[in-house]
Amino acid sequence: MTRKTDSAAVQGLCSCHVCRLVSRRPRFSTPAHCPRCGAALHFRKPRSLERCWALVISAYILYIPANTLIMMETGSLITYRKDTIVSGVVHLWKTGSWMIATIVFIASVAIPLLKLFSLTLLLISVQRRSIWHPMQRTGLYRLLEGVGRWSMLDIYVVTLLAALVQMGSMATVKAGPAAIAFGAVVVLTMFATMQFDPRLIWDPLQKEDIHD
Amino acid sequence: MTETPQRDDLNDIPEAVSEPKRRFSIQLVWIIPIIAALIGLSIAVKAYLDRGQAVTITFKTGEGLEAGKTKLKYKDVMIGEVKSIAISSDRSHVVVTAEVNKDSKGLMVKDTRFWVVRPRISGGNVSGLNTLLGGSYIGVEAGASPEPREAFLGLESPPAVSMDVPGRQYVLRAAEVGSLYTGSPVFYRRMQVGQVISTELDPTGKGVTVKVFIRAPHDRFVKRNTFFWHASGVDLTLTASGVKLNTESMVAILLGGISFEDPEKSAKAPPAPPHTSFPLYVTRDEALKNSAAAEKFVLVFKESVRGLAVGSPVDLRGVTVGEVTEIAVAADPRRSDFSVPVEIQLYPEHLLAHSVGAPQQELPEPGGTESRALLNDLVAHGFRAQIKSGSLLTGQLYVALDFVPGARPAKIDWGNTPPRFPTVPGSMEKLQKNLIEIVQKIEKLPLDRLTDDAGKTIKSLDATLKSADKFLKNMDSSLVPEARSVLTESRHAIDDVRKTLSEARNTLGGANEVLSADAPVQIDLRETMREISRAAQSLRVLGDYLERHPESLIRGKKEEK
Repeated sequence: MTRKTDSAAVQGLCSCHVCRLVSRRPRFSTPAHCPRCGAALHFRKPRSLERCWALVISAYILYIPANTLIMMETGSLITYRKDTIVSGVVHLWKTGSWMIATIVFIASVAIPLLKLFSLTLLLISVQRRSIWHPMQRTGLYRLLEGVGRWSMLDIYVVTLLAALVQMGSMATVKAGPAAIAFGAVVVLTMFATMQFDPRLIWDPLQKEDIHD
Repeated sequence: MTETPQRDDLNDIPEAVSEPKRRFSIQLVWIIPIIAALIGLSIAVKAYLDRGQAVTITFKTGEGLEAGKTKLKYKDVMIGEVKSIAISSDRSHVVVTAEVNKDSKGLMVKDTRFWVVRPRISGGNVSGLNTLLGGSYIGVEAGASPEPREAFLGLESPPAVSMDVPGRQYVLRAAEVGSLYTGSPVFYRRMQVGQVISTELDPTGKGVTVKVFIRAPHDRFVKRNTFFWHASGVDLTLTASGVKLNTESMVAILLGGISFEDPEKSAKAPPAPPHTSFPLYVTRDEALKNSAAAEKFVLVFKESVRGLAVGSPVDLRGVTVGEVTEIAVAADPRRSDFSVPVEIQLYPEHLLAHSVGAPQQELPEPGGTESRALLNDLVAHGFRAQIKSGSLLTGQLYVALDFVPGARPAKIDWGNTPPRFPTVPGSMEKLQKNLIEIVQKIEKLPLDRLTDDAGKTIKSLDATLKSADKFLKNMDSSLVPEARSVLTESRHAIDDVRKTLSEARNTLGGANEVLSADAPVQIDLRETMREISRAAQSLRVLGDYLERHPESLIRGKKEEK
């Protein structure tokens, strides 16, 4: 009766989020909890899409100040600079540090943006119950999860420098307001990725709707 | 849908414990984007509110300025940054566009000053050394004006005194600037109390204006009658008591400076308000001489003022009360004449002395109505200026002020600048006038005619004398021989008489007794003698007549008409 592709949910099975105990649960039933540990049971992460959307939108909003505001203020005897992420990249590029400029650009500009776009793509496709390339989309999701934390590179650099380089008038490094916004963007995308239930990618392949 | 296909190996899967249905109508997760939106919005609003003010500053040169790097600093605190540097459209200036922080927007007012801080060594003053390493920046000094402004003209050198230092500015006017520079010290009793802020040429080019700043506790020493003088240099005087060397501090000798002092007497004078204008004297002596507030007058003389010089005293009964400051000559086209306007300075302090015994009064404000009324009163009573000779030997003149009896009524012309003080011709001029009058009178005499007449008189006199001479000669030639013959005859007669007389004597001898001295014979004789002399006289008359009228011998005597 059951096909290989039938999901557990279709078969009325539900896994506990906490103790991972699989229990039988009537579909379309009232809320239930795990018979072993008592945690609430859901077939899918509850309101995964909605939460994911909320976080993605928040990340989008904060991405703007993260790139327009000043990321880092560096002051020395001779110079005093205020850099946004992009101006920092440009400065690094101009001064010949192409490698570092590339790394910073990829880590700080490209990846967060790609993450946001990818999440948006996933969300839209899931919402539209698209059956378009579920394998690739799952792969994309795995990539998002893996790569997420590396976006914090910039923040690490700024926080480390700000903490370490405090030599009075000789040299100072201060984190700007963009650092907070940027950190928030990275964290929010990570949360959004966590909130996203990749099983939803496969659900449209089922004949039946999965709820809850 | 309700039936659940189950497999045997899944039978031991436990049943989930069902719960009553709960409804979550509100999804808390949406708070996150709302918060994010709020944060984003607040950042945007903050950025909008915090946006700096763009100001443009014009400099002569962009030396040391760099767009995006050069800072604007007020009291060494960064308040803005240069955004762009452009050349002005007429290519003569550099226009710097700077963005000023929101907090410092209030500093951008009308009289805010900007200058580029560069390393600078001037006037014994080294400044801006930190810019050697850190690069130039634009110094800002906030103005006090409430009027905001966005375009400024940058100073080429830093202001000598920042505006927030308490104190007062004064304006000094001098003929020349001497060795004063911006930053030159100002001394009061040899203590530096301020400095020169600026030196600039008057728009007319006839002097210089030196602005000085006196720091706060000391500015109260600047009174209305304070006098300033150049303290630069060395004043060496040789007097009977020896050589006297007078200098200010070494700095002043090297860099120049200004000293000020107020007259001893006037401790009560009110402090001068800021921006009061004072004259700047060359030396202390000159300043002392002019210490009293001088009032200028112009005296218009018609006479020559040769011997009157700038600096000549104005004298009132032997006391110098002023001096001549300017002598010019003015053409008067209406009367086609020249007049000599002499400008004098009067020191009312000397002039308006206090009455003896009475406590010293406050001096009337120079140029005030009280002083004017007093002068008007004096002039109404015949107070006049005149030129007098100080020394006949050198011809030095001075201006004397005194009451001139019988002077024509006159008034001080206060409308003129400086006021015109009435004058009377000086004593020299009077003397000259009298002399001229005498000469003119002499000139008026008809000398030509007189000499003509005299010539004529002399000629006629000559003729008369000649005729007299001729007549005498005639007398000599004609009358004398006749007279001689008459005399010989008379001598003969006398001889005869004598014979007769001797005879008579003889006779008389006999008759002596008969005939006394007053005998009739003697009387007769005396009578005869008289007759003879009369005859001689008539003969002379006749001769005379004949001389004149020889024709009468023929025609007889002419009838007298």
